[in-house]
Amino acid sequence: MVVAVTTAFVLVGCQGELSTVDPAGPAARTIAQIWWVMLAGAGAIFALVMTLVALPFVRKRALADKAQHERLWLVKLGIVFPAVVLLALLGYGLVAGESLLPRQGPDVVSVSAEARRSQWTFGYGDAPGLSTEHVLHIPAGRPVDVSITSTDVIHSFWVPRLAGKIDAIPGHVNVLRIEADAPGNYAGRSAEFSGVGYDHFAFTVVAHGPSEWEQFIGSGMP
Amino acid sequence: MNTLQRHRKLTAIWASEPGVRGLFSTVNHTDLGRMFLAVSFFFFLVGGVLAMLIRAQLATPQSAFAGPEIYNQIFTMHGTIMMFLFAIPTFEGLAMYLLPKLLGTRDLAFPRLSAYGFWCYVFGGAMMLVSMVLGIAPDGGWFMYPPLTGPLYSPGINTDFWLIGITFVEISAIAAAVEITVSILKYRAPGMSLDKMPIFAWYALVTSLMVLTGFPPLILGSILLELERAFGLPFFQAEFGGDSLLWQHLFWLFGHPEVYIIFLPAAGVISTILPVMCRTTLLGYGWIVASATGLAFLSFGIWVHHMFTTGIPHMGLAFFSAASTLVAVPTGVQLFAWIGTMWKGRPSLQMPMLHLLGFFFTFVIGGLTGVMVAVVPFDWQAHDTAFVTAHLHYVLFGGFVFPIMAGLYYWMPHVSGRKRFFRLGELAFALVFIGFHVTFMAMHWVGLMGQRRRISTYLPEDGWTTINLISSIGSFVLAIGIALVIVDLVLHAFAARRSRRDPWKAGTLEWAMMTPPPAYNFASLPHVNSRQPLSDDPDLTIRLARGEGYLPEPENGWRESLTVEISTGKPDFHVIYPTNTRLPIVMAAVTGVFFVSLLLKFYWTVPLAVVGVTILAWRWAWSLGHKADLPLRAIGHGFELPNATQVGQSPSWWGSVFLLTANATFFGSLLFGFAFLWTVAPSWPPPVWFSASLLELVLGLSGAGVGVVAIRQSARANAQGRDARVSLGVSFAGALAMAAAALGIVLRAPTPTEHAYGATLLVLGSYALFHALLGALMMAFLYARVVRGYTSVRRHAEFPVVTLWIDYLAGMSLLVLAVAHLPGLLG
Repeated sequence: MVVAVTTAFVLVGCQGELSTVDPAGPAARTIAQIWWVMLAGAGAIFALVMTLVALPFVRKRALADKAQHERLWLVKLGIVFPAVVLLALLGYGLVAGESLLPRQGPDVVSVSAEARRSQWTFGYGDAPGLSTEHVLHIPAGRPVDVSITSTDVIHSFWVPRLAGKIDAIPGHVNVLRIEADAPGNYAGRSAEFSGVGYDHFAFTVVAHGPSEWEQFIGSGMP
Repeated sequence: MNTLQRHRKLTAIWASEPGVRGLFSTVNHTDLGRMFLAVSFFFFLVGGVLAMLIRAQLATPQSAFAGPEIYNQIFTMHGTIMMFLFAIPTFEGLAMYLLPKLLGTRDLAFPRLSAYGFWCYVFGGAMMLVSMVLGIAPDGGWFMYPPLTGPLYSPGINTDFWLIGITFVEISAIAAAVEITVSILKYRAPGMSLDKMPIFAWYALVTSLMVLTGFPPLILGSILLELERAFGLPFFQAEFGGDSLLWQHLFWLFGHPEVYIIFLPAAGVISTILPVMCRTTLLGYGWIVASATGLAFLSFGIWVHHMFTTGIPHMGLAFFSAASTLVAVPTGVQLFAWIGTMWKGRPSLQMPMLHLLGFFFTFVIGGLTGVMVAVVPFDWQAHDTAFVTAHLHYVLFGGFVFPIMAGLYYWMPHVSGRKRFFRLGELAFALVFIGFHVTFMAMHWVGLMGQRRRISTYLPEDGWTTINLISSIGSFVLAIGIALVIVDLVLHAFAARRSRRDPWKAGTLEWAMMTPPPAYNFASLPHVNSRQPLSDDPDLTIRLARGEGYLPEPENGWRESLTVEISTGKPDFHVIYPTNTRLPIVMAAVTGVFFVSLLLKFYWTVPLAVVGVTILAWRWAWSLGHKADLPLRAIGHGFELPNATQVGQSPSWWGSVFLLTANATFFGSLLFGFAFLWTVAPSWPPPVWFSASLLELVLGLSGAGVGVVAIRQSARANAQGRDARVSLGVSFAGALAMAAAALGIVLRAPTPTEHAYGATLLVLGSYALFHALLGALMMAFLYARVVRGYTSVRRHAEFPVVTLWIDYLAGMSLLVLAVAHLPGLLG
């Protein structure tokens, strides 16, 4: 099973402009790493459990000691085993999650994103009054905090190669930290079902080098 | 009386009407269980066809098969049908069919309620089908998030079909849950203490209690959203003090327990069948009961894991993440108890066992991916992608469909009295298993590659074409497998040999009868000393048929059974059931008129339907009871039992306790909603507060006090042989005073269409008003019963029932009054 999945990944590859396992920024990379760790762990656990299911069919005699038998299955395998694995995973997930949160810092860039059906409008903290539609400009290599809201229904801001997603909810503002390692175009999708038009409700994040970014903030033209 | 005479006499008493007519008037649990299962299987096929349409659409990029308008209806209805019209009713049908047989008794607690629930399900389901045929089916996703489903963005009738139709269907879930809970607690064979109950009964009990506490938030949410849509009360509109997140909380407060409501009955099936397939007994019975209960509690604390991307603070998410992964512990205990059972016994690869292996393989993967999406950062990526679709299908198909298929093959000989002749089942299983894994393994992968859920099409350059095609091919293999199961069933019905009794050599009581089962189940009721009564005594079936158990001699043409003390299983009351009647179907139809009137906005027929339901409910309750005291009934083996209408804690009292549990959860959810809006929603505080009125407060408070005291006085008067009517009248006045106080809130709620504050007060006031009027109606009913001689010193069961409702009314009214008036008084 695990082999099949992994082979499939290798064959078709992880690339794709929306691939979560082809990260292009620190947040997406952290999450992709969580995925690979969990896949390996899940594969091992799955193999173990399936072996335990298969063995009674091939084994000759039933086990004798009932009390010991119960203790093994219910306490050791049923409680201790999942508890230990889960505790470790939770700790890992918590630490990783904390590292993805938007925190104050000297070079953090603030932008805003406002969704309504079929259109994202982006604003820039460094250039009040400047706004763009469908395309969000950011500096490469710098953390960017996106303040996200919606004016009609619920949407979600998602640039899979840069970070996870967060919802755009009317009346609320959510902040998502994104960062691109290198200049380039990164595909974004609105990832909360919003009715007809949802299929192609997309935007692009364009990451610029330092000089290009200064130019954009100054003139609104990249 | 010899065995054959007893069989004939009991059959004459218990049989439903012959032919098709019998379908409409039967109240028998075997009939209704089969009908439930047949209809739910039909909906499974409908949902399956919709799934095929989805896979056909996604098989190729830029497919022109269905436009988004139709596609949105298809996936919404696929989810809705599978959840509400297939999974839950399958549990209800299975439990209805099996429980009395497993528990060694003759019927469920409230036979007419089973029938009423069934017809509500059929009529509500039909409403959903009609919407689909007309092309105006719900299209906002099965989760129905506003504002998308609100009046501004979904003005059509589509959403109303969902909100009103599903609420109608939920009546059947609540009815079945009350029914099953009381049946398991009270309607068992003598001697069957709680620790000797068959494991399936434990699972069904836990599941039913979860339905009673899990469904009310959804029913509340549906009512609030429909009120917003129909009358402009802005519960979910941010600019008017509402919040769309309130819907998500209410929906997932239901939606996550729902997953376990679906899984636990299937786990009950596994725990029942697996030991039989392994020629042993279940390992760790007590552990399994404890972990199922633990799972039930945990499942109410993890709804937020469906909302990891809504911007809730990370530490809050961490709590729900921990709770969500914690669920794997009780699940793990059950899983390893089952595997340990296999090690303890000698498993053999019979037909049901194949599906159980399918369960193990699939469900373990579903559980592992479930732990993955419970890890917050990973969910930020996976949420709303095909990865989650794949995960939930592994859980639901693995955790429900495979076990139910195992159950299908296991109990088929019980339902039909035949054994399989053709060996199509094995081939069908192979196709289902392979087809399923190809379909959904691929979907994990395409989700990681960025394919969102619920898109109707994609572009070739997205790079998902091959994976989607593989997935679609898999789904058609799966569909062929399901079709073969149907062929197998049809062949079984027409061309199979008679099976011998107890073909699997099981030890539970459902096999201690002839198959197909007679309408009365057991000619006499067994005495149970262990969890495997049939293994202990292989002649039990014959001995019961010979009348060696309890209640062997039918009397007065009554459908008789008995109840037991909840924990010990000592027989306590004698029960006389109602017989065949069309009252349930008529009442369900009139209930349907109510819902259809709301749907079509024929508001003038709504009061007519309400009056109709009231009259029918009155008749329903009136037809129970007796005008003279019943003597003690000798049930055999030296026991003499009082009739259940002559005791304090009658089955109706227990039914009321659990119905009120659901009701209180509904009310609690409403208060939660109020507090949530107050603290979280933007656009608060409201422009005007409710102006407190001392007069109304005093009226309500004294009404509550008088009502509660006077109903007790009337019960005491009745117990002492005095006239109960005066204090009943006083209590009636108390209820009216509470109604007046509630009416004050309804009439004076400030600008309910302009701010969610006033809208919530309006709903709170209406809820209190409804219960006050209901309480007054109950008092009037009891008064009429006293006048007509249906009560006596001994026949006093109706007083505690009404007292229970009046107590609830009083407590709830006080809370509503406090919530409405205090802010005005204090601020």
